[in-house]
Amino acid sequence: MILQQQISVELNMRNSPSDPPCQSALFKGGHQNITFHQHVNPSQFIVWELLQDGPICRRLFSNSGNFWHTGTISCNIPELAAEMIHSLFLINHSGDIFLEKHWKSVISRSVCDYFFEAKEKAVDPENVSPVLQTPHHYLITIYRDKLFFLSVIQTEVPPLFVIEFLHRVADTIQDYFGECSESVIMDNVVTVYELLEEMLDNGFPLATESNVLKEMIRPPTILRSVVNTLTGGSNVGDTLPTGQLSNIPWRRAGVKYTNNEAYFDVIEEIDAILDKSGSTVFAEIQGVIEACVRLTGMPDLTLSFMNPRLLDDVSFHPCVRFKRWESERVLSFIPPDGNFTLMNYHVSSQNLVAIPVYVKQSITFFEMGPCGRLDITIGPKQTMGKTVEALMVTIHMPKAVLSANLTPTQGNYTYDLATKVLVWDIGKLNPQKLPNLRGSLSLQAGAPKPEDNPSLNIDLKIQQVAISGLKVSRLDMYGEKYKPFKGVKYLTKAGKFQVRT
Amino acid sequence: KGTNFQCFSSLRHDDLKEMLDSNKDSLKLEAMKRIVAMIARGKNTSDLFPAVVKNVACKNIEVKKLVYVYLVRYAEEQQDLALLSISTFQRGLKDPNQLIRASALRVLSSIRVTIIVPIMMLAIKEAASDMSPYVRKTAAHAIPKLYSLDPEQKDQLIEVIEKLLADKTTLVAGSVVMAFEEVCPERIDLIHKNYRKLCNLLIDVEEWGQVVIINMLTRYARTQFLNPNMNEEEEEKDKKPYVMDPDHRLLLRNTKPLLQSRNAAVVMAVAQLYFHLAPKAEVGVIAKALVRLLRSHSEVQYVVLQNVATMSIKRRGMFEPYLKSFYIRSTDPTQIKVLKLEVLTNLANETNISTILREFQTYIKSMDKDFVAATIQAIGRCATNIGEVRDTCLNGLVQLLSNRDELVVAESVVVIKKLLQMQPEKHSDIIKHMAKLTDNIQVPMARASILWLIGEYCEHVPKIAPDVLRKMAKSFTNEEDIVKLQIINLAAKLYLTNSKQTKLLTQYVLNLAKYDQNYDIRDRARFIRQLIVPTEKSGALSKYAKKLFLALKPAPVLESPFKDRDHFQLGSLSHLLNAKAGGYQELPDWPEAAPDPSVRNVEVKDSVQSVPSVIINFLNFAFFSSEQSSEEEERKHERKSKQRKSESESESDEEEDSESESSQTESEDSESEAEVKKKKKVLKKTHFKHSNMNICMYSCQCSFISFQAAESKPPSKPVKKDNKKEKKEMSLLDLDDCKFSHANMYRPFLHLLLCLQTISPSSALKSYEMLHRITGEGLSVEYCFSRQPFSPDANMVAVQMQFTNNATSDTKNLHMEDVKLQSGMRVKEFPEIELLPAGEMVTAVMGIDFCDSTQAANFQLCTHTRKFFVSIQPPVGELMRPVFLTENEFKKEQGQLMGMNEITEKITLDVKCRNEHSIVQRVITAANLSRVPCGSDKECRFAGRTVTSSSLVLVTVATKEEGAAKLTINCEKMVIGTMLVKDILLALTQ
Repeated sequence: MILQQQISVELNMRNSPSDPPCQSALFKGGHQNITFHQHVNPSQFIVWELLQDGPICRRLFSNSGNFWHTGTISCNIPELAAEMIHSLFLINHSGDIFLEKHWKSVISRSVCDYFFEAKEKAVDPENVSPVLQTPHHYLITIYRDKLFFLSVIQTEVPPLFVIEFLHRVADTIQDYFGECSESVIMDNVVTVYELLEEMLDNGFPLATESNVLKEMIRPPTILRSVVNTLTGGSNVGDTLPTGQLSNIPWRRAGVKYTNNEAYFDVIEEIDAILDKSGSTVFAEIQGVIEACVRLTGMPDLTLSFMNPRLLDDVSFHPCVRFKRWESERVLSFIPPDGNFTLMNYHVSSQNLVAIPVYVKQSITFFEMGPCGRLDITIGPKQTMGKTVEALMVTIHMPKAVLSANLTPTQGNYTYDLATKVLVWDIGKLNPQKLPNLRGSLSLQAGAPKPEDNPSLNIDLKIQQVAISGLKVSRLDMYGEKYKPFKGVKYLTKAGKFQVRT
Repeated sequence: KGTNFQCFSSLRHDDLKEMLDSNKDSLKLEAMKRIVAMIARGKNTSDLFPAVVKNVACKNIEVKKLVYVYLVRYAEEQQDLALLSISTFQRGLKDPNQLIRASALRVLSSIRVTIIVPIMMLAIKEAASDMSPYVRKTAAHAIPKLYSLDPEQKDQLIEVIEKLLADKTTLVAGSVVMAFEEVCPERIDLIHKNYRKLCNLLIDVEEWGQVVIINMLTRYARTQFLNPNMNEEEEEKDKKPYVMDPDHRLLLRNTKPLLQSRNAAVVMAVAQLYFHLAPKAEVGVIAKALVRLLRSHSEVQYVVLQNVATMSIKRRGMFEPYLKSFYIRSTDPTQIKVLKLEVLTNLANETNISTILREFQTYIKSMDKDFVAATIQAIGRCATNIGEVRDTCLNGLVQLLSNRDELVVAESVVVIKKLLQMQPEKHSDIIKHMAKLTDNIQVPMARASILWLIGEYCEHVPKIAPDVLRKMAKSFTNEEDIVKLQIINLAAKLYLTNSKQTKLLTQYVLNLAKYDQNYDIRDRARFIRQLIVPTEKSGALSKYAKKLFLALKPAPVLESPFKDRDHFQLGSLSHLLNAKAGGYQELPDWPEAAPDPSVRNVEVKDSVQSVPSVIINFLNFAFFSSEQSSEEEERKHERKSKQRKSESESESDEEEDSESESSQTESEDSESEAEVKKKKKVLKKTHFKHSNMNICMYSCQCSFISFQAAESKPPSKPVKKDNKKEKKEMSLLDLDDCKFSHANMYRPFLHLLLCLQTISPSSALKSYEMLHRITGEGLSVEYCFSRQPFSPDANMVAVQMQFTNNATSDTKNLHMEDVKLQSGMRVKEFPEIELLPAGEMVTAVMGIDFCDSTQAANFQLCTHTRKFFVSIQPPVGELMRPVFLTENEFKKEQGQLMGMNEITEKITLDVKCRNEHSIVQRVITAANLSRVPCGSDKECRFAGRTVTSSSLVLVTVATKEEGAAKLTINCEKMVIGTMLVKDILLALTQ
């Protein structure tokens, strides 16, 4: 059964100038294409088909003999009411749509063709523009974990609103199933679909807090799935979600643990650009405090720092009382249950940023003969007395570099011919015996000497220290009587740490 | 084949139908799961509709949920059958459980079947008056759904929206504003009465609602308030000075904390609100938050950079301090690179251009050639905008002409052409150089540009130009169309200026063009021949040929593509696309004269409520009550407000308030909890019992803020003596006969909120002993330099004192007397402390003008029984206050403080103090200075001014190998300098 609805449409497209404009049109919705009947005169009519998402009309059929003409059409279809997010398509790396969800009427998946076109053009999936305009829709896409989350929008909406929401969807999937990949989503397709149903109502976000969602739709556990197959039990929470009703929407009610614990990870990433000579062009520290709080009841926590003045800019989980921070520089909050990001911060004054390693490098390509030399040494600089671990150097080589014949004094290296990426995995940095990688690079014969020197991307980890010097001084709990286990861990990593050559 | 498949698929569906018809829930569930999985994959399962819809009343909650999912998906296509399910939902709407009511309404409103419009309308109206805010929220969500189904219901829906807008719960606020935006964004009159409430609720609304409310309020404010920057644009004659509407201020103040939200959309919404509504001087606060978003996902970066690009044109200064955050990494996606480049170009000015150009030079070596081309364009734009560097840029670009990569060369040629047009006479060398390039360079656009240049400035290169034409004539047939057109152009210009040498060549070129395949070229050749070669037929025009061809052409303006894009509301899709998207609401222009602000006044009855709501909000920030059910909360809320109406003292409020304070004090004080509680009780009894106002004051005192610092009036003195004053203040809050305007009523509280905001942590400050417990006979006094500005007198250093009564009896009338000072020094005494009960502690602040010397201030500390001689001696580092200087200003100032004013000391740094971080920490602890940004990581610089005479104090610590370092201090006041050297030296070496 096809929904047929009479709507008035004005068409300014005519087959020939003498034709009258289309007076009435039959609008066929649903899965069908939209067709227009144009009565040129009482004895002649033409059927136009509106091609998907375009002002392009194809003449399907007329009783006067000419078939398959194309032309442009512009019509005033009365504006459908606005909604924020109309549909969502999940697309894998190779371009297959593996899940679709519509919050209003169905939009054909052919709308994604515009996206595929853009994806073809871009070399890298990351280079696809996040916002695309098509004749009738806007496509806002994020790329996460090798998947595209493509949303279809029909009207004005702040793009960040959609982007932030899509990332929240990906975060939720990650949180529920431990990873966000096609296979995991397809294995749990019903749960994912139910989640999407709860997260968005008529295109507007409804419940995006993980604590609330988990009350309504329980995440799968091995035990439960076994029990469910035996008994036909369900994953849907049988208690009704009360979190949404409280004024602390991020915390579920009636939390109970036998072991009460609150752990905080202070993780800092150093973003830096160093120039050829090793001096800092730009450096900043991005920090995040990840919390894992499993406490009974309604605990009210206060986390204070030894040196809160360090923090240049902060952003908080909604649970943090901003005024307390403003006035006393302490984090006061009733935590969500489970894992969450308490705060993000920023230490920018670049001279405060300790650079843990120095790099001595020379990459040269010879004018004569198709070869070049590479010599890299890494040593410790400001490591706060700790060991630098998981040290790794990644270099995107110029296209002309065919192969690399190198000798590392520590760790091992790989050179990927297809992507031209050289990776040197060093491991722990021993200050007594500095790791070195040297050898020759062979170039494509006949190719001109590459003009540009590739930059080095450094990865590293330093345990038990926050490089900015930030320290948690104490964690106090109010509102509950028991004594919780408390712990703080520090970790420093390299973020976007780049050495120019 | 097709029929086989169909058979197979319908068979499979038969199997599902059977499962759905069975009595076992587990089978039904299995079937529904398989069906939903098919829907998710985009498969058509509409033939199962009758079998599925039968299960809508199934008892198993998971089956039921999946049936709902199916129903919402297919109801539109199977309207008749869908109607069968409606009665189930109608029953659900009457359920005693609020969650079931809400879910029934949600599904009912999602079924897009026109015939049930009246049922939906009725359900929405009922739900809008539901007791549960959650159901009311669902009603708000249902409004746009119904509107899209039947726009004719608009008037009735607006009534519901109006009703829900008046709702006072945060749960409903976001959803109803969303409905307002979709149904009747033009009905701004509905907002007036709810404006202040929305502003005040904002911080507690969920994130998505915040975005919608902020965007709506931005538009609202544009229609109701005056442009805060209007004086900036027009030079003022005798216009009235601008005074900001308190409601405008309220909006700005209440949105600002949301810049710290984790949600990028909220941050962006606040940023655009400030950009469109805030006075110029205040917009700067958003820069830091926007720069923070640049660390987020690349999609977020993309959108933020688009907006920063637009903002940086109008308000360049705002982003200048963050210049380096826009530096490009080789791993950035291309679209991010290009946008960062745009921002860097917009930020370029005389002072930073050399840094930016140096940065651009590294980009030119990039492997991403599109990006290199964009960089060259950017250099061109910098060169046109900043005259000083034009030649430098030009030289740099000329060097690029010998680059190996043709694209780079081509892009350079195009940009050089534009630059040369500005001052061609100076650069004939470059034109010559470029003429030579025609032999090598193949990119058509570049060849065309060179030819145009030579033609245009052929008089500057009279010898070379004809030769170029000769070569071009030779290769004409092989050239691209755009090059051919320029060859014709060149030929024509040469013919007009130097016909002797080029007449034949021109004829030849025109003949070739006459038979070209491209009609544009044939056309052009015919046109030009008529114009330049005079024949008897040619008309009057050929006389003016020279004027036509060699007219002075204006140099191209290289403009940012983001110029004037701010007529779109920032953060919107339309702004990003630079085209109006459907449903976009224009950002209105500021009104010439402000509309009547009284429309936002709410009747007295309500206004009484709204004042306490400010207090409650304020307290909520400090302490969230942990009620679990908001229904309960609401009832309580109502009860409270009723109480408030009837009596000016509210017992229940006080409880909550004092609780909040305890959480504040507990964290600050190192005292045991029991003691704090005791103290709380005593203070509550003795002092502040009367009004919320007083309780706020108390909380301020507890958090070490002197109320005196914020208020110029005498501070909150003890109750007995100042009883009259208290009464007077209370009348401000006298809730029964409130006749004050809103602004007046808010003010004292806002003041308090403000002073809460400015306080900085006092934990890091070093405290000194003024009076020991034993000499003080139980009274001990400690003081520290709070490093806060002392507001009654800016030339004074604020000294914060902490009095502790360790004795068993109360101490009364604590005050100071007999102040002995060196000449010129002044003291602002702390207010008398009437009563310090046994075991209690109190703080007070006094100000001392030390006249930039470390002389002690001596005075007597008196109690009702005793006098103690005490003194306060400042370390030299406390005699200054930090000032912010840029690196350049620092160097300039330092240059003026050489010779006698400079003191240098070689030092060996303490082993623990060899990184910049700890150096900075130690210097800043030793002296009240601020950090000066610095390009080198070997140097740390600090700056400050002395408090009394405002003399600059500049400190430099330059580190070398193995802990060696050089400490330099530049200061006009040599005594201060010498003493400071000692202190800092001590701090760094021990």
